[in-house]
Amino acid sequence: MDFISILSIFVLACFVGYFVVWSVTPALHTPLMSVTNAISSVIVVGALIAAATAGNASSKWLGLAAVALASVNIFGGFAVTQRMLSMYRKRDR
Amino acid sequence: MHTDTIIVVPTWVLLAYLVSGVCFILALRGLSSPETSRRGNLTGMIGMAVAIGTTLAVHEIASLPEIIGAMVVGGGIGLVTARKIQMTAMPQLVAAFHSLVGMAAVLVGASAYLNPEAFGIAVRITPIASPTIISILPVSRIELGLGVAIGAITFSGSVIAFLKLNGNMSGKPILLPLRHVLNLGTLVGILGLIAYFTQDQSPWVFATVTALSFAIGFLLIIPIGGADMPVVISMLNSYSGWAAAAMGFTLHNTAMVITGALVGSSGAILSYIMCRAMNRSFISVISGGFGAVASSGEAAAIDRPYKRGSAEDAAFLMKQAEQVIIVPGYGMAVAQAQHAVREMADLLKKEGVRVKYAIHPVAGRMPGHMNVLLAEANVPYDEVFELEDVNSEFAQTDVAYVIGANDVTNPAAKTDKSSPIYGMPVLDVEKARTCLFVKRSMGGVGYAGIDNELFYRDNTMMLLGDAKKMTEEIVKALG
Repeated sequence: MDFISILSIFVLACFVGYFVVWSVTPALHTPLMSVTNAISSVIVVGALIAAATAGNASSKWLGLAAVALASVNIFGGFAVTQRMLSMYRKRDR
Repeated sequence: MHTDTIIVVPTWVLLAYLVSGVCFILALRGLSSPETSRRGNLTGMIGMAVAIGTTLAVHEIASLPEIIGAMVVGGGIGLVTARKIQMTAMPQLVAAFHSLVGMAAVLVGASAYLNPEAFGIAVRITPIASPTIISILPVSRIELGLGVAIGAITFSGSVIAFLKLNGNMSGKPILLPLRHVLNLGTLVGILGLIAYFTQDQSPWVFATVTALSFAIGFLLIIPIGGADMPVVISMLNSYSGWAAAAMGFTLHNTAMVITGALVGSSGAILSYIMCRAMNRSFISVISGGFGAVASSGEAAAIDRPYKRGSAEDAAFLMKQAEQVIIVPGYGMAVAQAQHAVREMADLLKKEGVRVKYAIHPVAGRMPGHMNVLLAEANVPYDEVFELEDVNSEFAQTDVAYVIGANDVTNPAAKTDKSSPIYGMPVLDVEKARTCLFVKRSMGGVGYAGIDNELFYRDNTMMLLGDAKKMTEEIVKALG
């Protein structure tokens, strides 16, 4: 994919992000932070490519370390978000 | 003579990454209300599974056992932490998680630098009579440099934020001499080296960019005081997104670019909301130093007369009330008083009193922190209101119960131009018929280090004592 296509996706995604985040209720700003944390660990994709490739040992080990760090975030981030969200209850009437 | 490395990415892979990007958008969209939020979070998990599954399916995996091992170890640590963490410690946890994203970006950048062909960002050049050189494409060098720089800043900045929030490091700003010159110089140096990186891909350039970026992250956060930490962690949230986006540019990965953009804008918006709630400009927060000097102007006011009440008085007043608004601050969470507060609210509701909670955006240590703490104490979220939705109601309210909050109720923010918090939006608790203010003693001051005019008003009754004990005594008196 060429640079301009990626840049277009990026700019449009920034606008989507802008509008979607303003629609988040302030009561859920902490879960918003923890879930954005989890999804930004999609960087694990790059880590997996590095870790999976044979040929360069140091590149592979750096990749594996990144996979481990990103995994802490993915599992921890989604789990803690789920834990918080399950605490939000409506008045029982 | 050179041959481009052409990686043909199958269409279904591009589509799969797009799907995962859309899942992440829906995950954030779900947070528009608590009812849809849990499903949103699940959508986010699906998006992540799609991204990981696609990557594993499309690449030849030379080291599957090691990868699974790394994921199990990392994932295990993550799950255990997520289960055990106390809700009061969420800000530290989020800061720690940000640092991991930053470090992962640096590591991915480093491995892409060492093995650029695996990422499809290099060409082989074979000059006459010399060995083949693997040359990283110029555009990729810039993207790589920026990605690693932002990742490193996110890492070291978040580590400092973590240490400050966790109390391992004093919340007081640390002001180095000439820090603005030092910071600007380092930033210019980083950008200059990234530009130079396009001409010369030697390891020293890459290593220096990384090292300087670690340093600037550290330098940027140490001068920022504890009171401004909500802005700082929102800002680092934003950086972790931009780091992911920059890596997405390097790897031509749409899922990473979309996610990075979402997270980047999310953090930026939260920083803006926090700055607005404190009436500070982003620049003044970033340049740091707030809270370094306590203003001495009003320190002499300690001896002014005030009205003191007992738990029984408070219980009597609230029982007679038609509407009570509870104004919690971080002090309530520190005293672990949120459960007692909810019990008190339950008893009042039984007496036919309308109970609401009013939350200031910077109550707590991160955006939305107080809402989570109340939710944990089983306070229904439809009784909890934001500043702008509830502020007009204080005038028709019989009792405002302020517990663990201080600066966010200070009327000086509206009237006293010399006050450091002048212009900050505050909760109009003084407009309630009676304001009950729970405070440990008359001596202490709030986070911003200033006296609160509210204590000496005619309609304020001070309830001096520990927030939890005082509330429990009120519960006893009500029951």
